[in-house]
Formats: sequence, C-alpha cells, structure tokens
Amino acid sequence: MIFDPVLLTVENLRVSFDGFVALDIDEFVLHDRELRVVIGPNGAGKTTFLDVLCGKTRPDRGSARFEKFDLTQMSEDAIVKAGVGRKFQTPSVFTSLTVYENLMLALKTDRTVLFSLVSRLSDKNRDRINAVAEQTGLADHLHTVADALSHGQKQWLEIAMVILQDPELFLIDEPAAGMTDEETVKTGELLERLTMNHAIIVIEHDMEFVRQIARTVTVLHEGKVLVEGPMDQVQNDPRVIECYLGSAQH
Amino acid sequence: MTYYRPIIVFLLFGIAAPVLNEMGLLSDTTLNLWGRYFCFAIAALGIDLIWGYTGILSLCQAFFFCLGGYAIGMHMLLKTGTQGVYGSALPDFMVWNRVEQLPLFWEPFHTFTFAFILSLMIPAIIALIFGFLAFRSRLQGVYFAIITQALALGVWLIFLRNETMLGGTNGLTDFKTLLGFELADPASKRGLYIIAFVTLFASYFLCRFVVKSKLGRVLIAVRDSEHRLRFIGYRVASYKVFVFVMASMLGALGGLLYVPQTGIITPGRMDVQASIEMVIWVAVGGRGTLIGPIIGAVLVNLLYSFLTGAFPGTWLYFLGFLFIGVVLFFPDGLIGLRSRIDIKSLKRFLPRRTRTALPVAAER
Repeated sequence: MIFDPVLLTVENLRVSFDGFVALDIDEFVLHDRELRVVIGPNGAGKTTFLDVLCGKTRPDRGSARFEKFDLTQMSEDAIVKAGVGRKFQTPSVFTSLTVYENLMLALKTDRTVLFSLVSRLSDKNRDRINAVAEQTGLADHLHTVADALSHGQKQWLEIAMVILQDPELFLIDEPAAGMTDEETVKTGELLERLTMNHAIIVIEHDMEFVRQIARTVTVLHEGKVLVEGPMDQVQNDPRVIECYLGSAQH
Repeated sequence: MTYYRPIIVFLLFGIAAPVLNEMGLLSDTTLNLWGRYFCFAIAALGIDLIWGYTGILSLCQAFFFCLGGYAIGMHMLLKTGTQGVYGSALPDFMVWNRVEQLPLFWEPFHTFTFAFILSLMIPAIIALIFGFLAFRSRLQGVYFAIITQALALGVWLIFLRNETMLGGTNGLTDFKTLLGFELADPASKRGLYIIAFVTLFASYFLCRFVVKSKLGRVLIAVRDSEHRLRFIGYRVASYKVFVFVMASMLGALGGLLYVPQTGIITPGRMDVQASIEMVIWVAVGGRGTLIGPIIGAVLVNLLYSFLTGAFPGTWLYFLGFLFIGVVLFFPDGLIGLRSRIDIKSLKRFLPRRTRTALPVAAER
C-alpha cells in the first residue's frame, strides 16, 4: 500500500487535568488525504485529542507537527490559517445569523478587521458558498436563521463551514450524532468525497457509520492508543472487545 | 419603504424645528433640550454597537462621554480669557484654588483643532489600551462589565479631586464662546442643535455601514459564540478592541456636542450610575437595532425631564418601574414590541370582510 506523504505527526503527547491523565499518545501519524476514524469508549480522550490539535487545549508536553508547524505552540486563529479546520461535537453555529451569513464568515478570506469592514463578496466566492450549500443540502435554507434549523441541518451547516475554510486537515467530532439514518449515509458519502483532497480525522460512536467510512481505525482507551489498523481487524481484536465490554459493565 | 422614513425624520427635526424656533413657535429651551438628547443618542449608538450587537457590556461609556465633554469644556474655558469672574487669564476654579500657572496638559486646548482631535483621540487611546489588555486576556461577560465599572469609579474619583486641575466636584462651567460664537445667543443654540442633529444622523449611517458590512456579521457572531468564531480563524480580541474604540469615540462625540449646549460638565455625568443609565436607554429602545438606542435615549430623557418636573419627589420610582417593566415584559425594547404584537390575534377585532386585507406581520 502506497501512502501519500505524512501530514501530521503527533509524538509523546500528554494532557492532564488536575493530575488526571486524559491523553497520553506516544505516536500518531496521519498521511495526506487519509481518512482516519478514532473510536473508543467514553472518556478515552478522543475529544481532548482534537482539542489539542485545534489549539483549544494546551498539552503538558509533546508535539503535533503539521507540515512546518507545531500545532501545540500556536493560537487558534494561526492553526486555522495553517490549514486545520474543526467541527465540534455539539453543533455550534451562529444562531442569530442566517445560513448564508454563517457560510460567509467561514469562507477562506482575510480575517482582519479592516478587510471585514470594506470587503464585498466576489462572485467567485458567492458561487463557492452556493456550491457548498448544494453539497450539504442547505441550498434551500440559505436565508433561514441558523437557530431554526433541525439538529441534523445544524451539523451539516457546521460541516459546510469547515469545508469553506478549505483546510488541509479536517477534525470532525461526531458528525452523525442526532442524524437520521438517511442523513448519516449522506454524511458518510460527503466525507468520502472530501477525503479525495483532504486529510480527515473523524471521531464517531455510531459503529454502522464507522463501518461505512472507515479504512484505518485508531482505538483510544484511557488516553492511550490501544490498537490501530483496518476496521475488520480492529473489530475482532480481543483488547478492543475487552475495553468496550469493560466500560459497558459500569 | 424603509429609506424615506429617515429622510422625513431629518426634514422634521433638522429643518422644521430650527425654523419653528426662529419664528418663535418653539422655545429656545425645548430646542436646546432636544439638541442634548441627540448627543445622548449618539453615545447610545456606541453602546448599542458594543452591547447590542457584540454582546459586551461596557459600564464606562459615560466616562468616554465626559472625556469628550471635558476636552471641549477646557477649550471653551481657555477662550473665556479674562472675562471670568476674577478677571484672570486662568479659569476661575484655578484662581480659586490659588493656582498661578496653567497646568501643562491644558496648553494644547488653546486651539480648537487640537481640542477637537484630543476630545476624540484620548478616549480612543484609552479604549485601545484598556480593551487590548482586557480582551487579550479573554476577559468576558460579567467580568468585563465589572472591570469597566471599576474603571468608571476610579476615574470619577480622580476627576472629583481638585488636584486633577479639572475643576473638582464643580467641574467646568461658565463658558462664553465657541469658535467666536456667543453661546448665549439663540442663533448659536440653533446652530449647535443643528450640528448635534446632523452628527447623530451621520453617526447613524456610519453605524449602519459597519453593521451591514461583513464586520457587522462578525460582531454578531462574537455575541452568539466567540468560541466558535475563534476556531474558524478570527482574532476575536481585535474585533472587540475595534468595537470598544468605536463605542468610546461615539460616546466622546456625544459629550463633545453636549457640553457647549448645557454649559457645564461635572464628574456627576461620569459616575457609576450614569453609565448604567446609558445602557438602560439602549435596553428601553431596543438593542441590536440602530433605531432602538436613538428612540430609547430620547424617550427616557424626555420622560426624565417631564417626571422631575411633575413628580420631583417620586420620579425615580417611575423610572425604576419602567426599567423593570422593560426587562420583564419586552426584553427586545420598544422596537421589539412591534414584532411581538401578533397581528393575527388582532384580526379578531376586525369585521370579517377586512380580515384578509390585513398584511401579514412584517417579515424582516
């Protein structure tokens, strides 16, 4: 199997909250245009992992090399500029703005105050917003206030916002949560399309969905990488079964 | 539809009122009073930008208002020359405090241009530094409100002191001329009224430009979820500093136009309560709209003028009930009332035939 060049290398990463070690990853490597699914029982450190990569949480030690940058040393806006986009677990969109305005803010442009004050949206960018809205099934809701969207639509709006940032690396936290089966399948298809040009890390609980999209799966357990490999192999790994059953007994 | 309304307002207040005053149909006092309301409305626009749109509660806007006012007041006092009570070239309060030489920081205020620039730049620079420090360390919500209130309290105490050389408790008063015009002359009063009104009008359109731009959407996004905004790559602190500086300058602009019309500025205008009252104007009028703060500022102050005259002992209760009522029953302010009244429910009272003719609630 020939891989694209390495995009992200996480080494020796450790995060603790008041002495509790939430994340302790020795090594995690992601290649360009790879779609990686991270699974694991509750409290395994999945969301914390993404938090570190997007600058929300500072690790105690370790590095996350993304191209020429070390993400652990950068501010949130610099990380976005470097090419990392994040979708959060609970859909967080700007509720009093319309879908269109939400998308406009996410669009990859200059983010300075002055530019925002004087800039006008170019036709090219307007087309791009419309295209992404079409892709995510939001084309009919462009002028709806985001607060009025259904849960699934909000999820898609947030995904659309990440797409418009045009990052090289997508960090996507539970995209299928609260979606209908049909919507989930569509989301899977969307991610597969995206992975043709982008690298993606997805956190997911829905095993059906994981099976649909997964190539390589990383299992986190108590902050550590437990197993990494193809889905069918991981699924039958006794350690994985053990950790899932173990946490289910609580 | 929405475009001709401001023009009507402009014709009414900007042209009709001064003309009526010149004809003797509108008293000088009334005109002057309205001129002052417009100054409050300018400051209220600033509060609306920072609080209504961006969701940051700043409780030191009256301080910025007074900085503008003091700057122009200092200039006017220096222009009084030897016409003061004591016949000295120094302002009266300095003579009274046995000051023999004009403090150095008063010197630039001899020239109107400098006084004008400083009246806007000093608040802007203070807001810039204070905002930068506060927003960079991600001070939010109630913490920012408290720290701005502390600032308001601190500077109020400083302005109260005679040693500050700004007139202490009595403030600055007894102005005679501005740019060579006699302030007591009704024509000057009319002029100041017109300037205040035109400035309010211009400020409204300036704010409108900001709000309608992409920056305006970013400000609302800060209000909705600044956390999210950060993760799509915006430096939230820069936007907050921008809006804080802009609000401070609008406040100062209001103060700058207010003082020549009232003829006095004291630290009482900048105490803790003054800033809170300004926020209340915006709440009453309707925050997050640009017309709301103007209506709120004018209305609350009209009410204040009326109540202090009619019920000198109990007017504060009326005002208090108004504010509680706003918070409880129409949190979107008076502007919000329009959309809260359900037109459909009113249809019941109409004869059957006209029911369909009634327009559906205005879509925004």
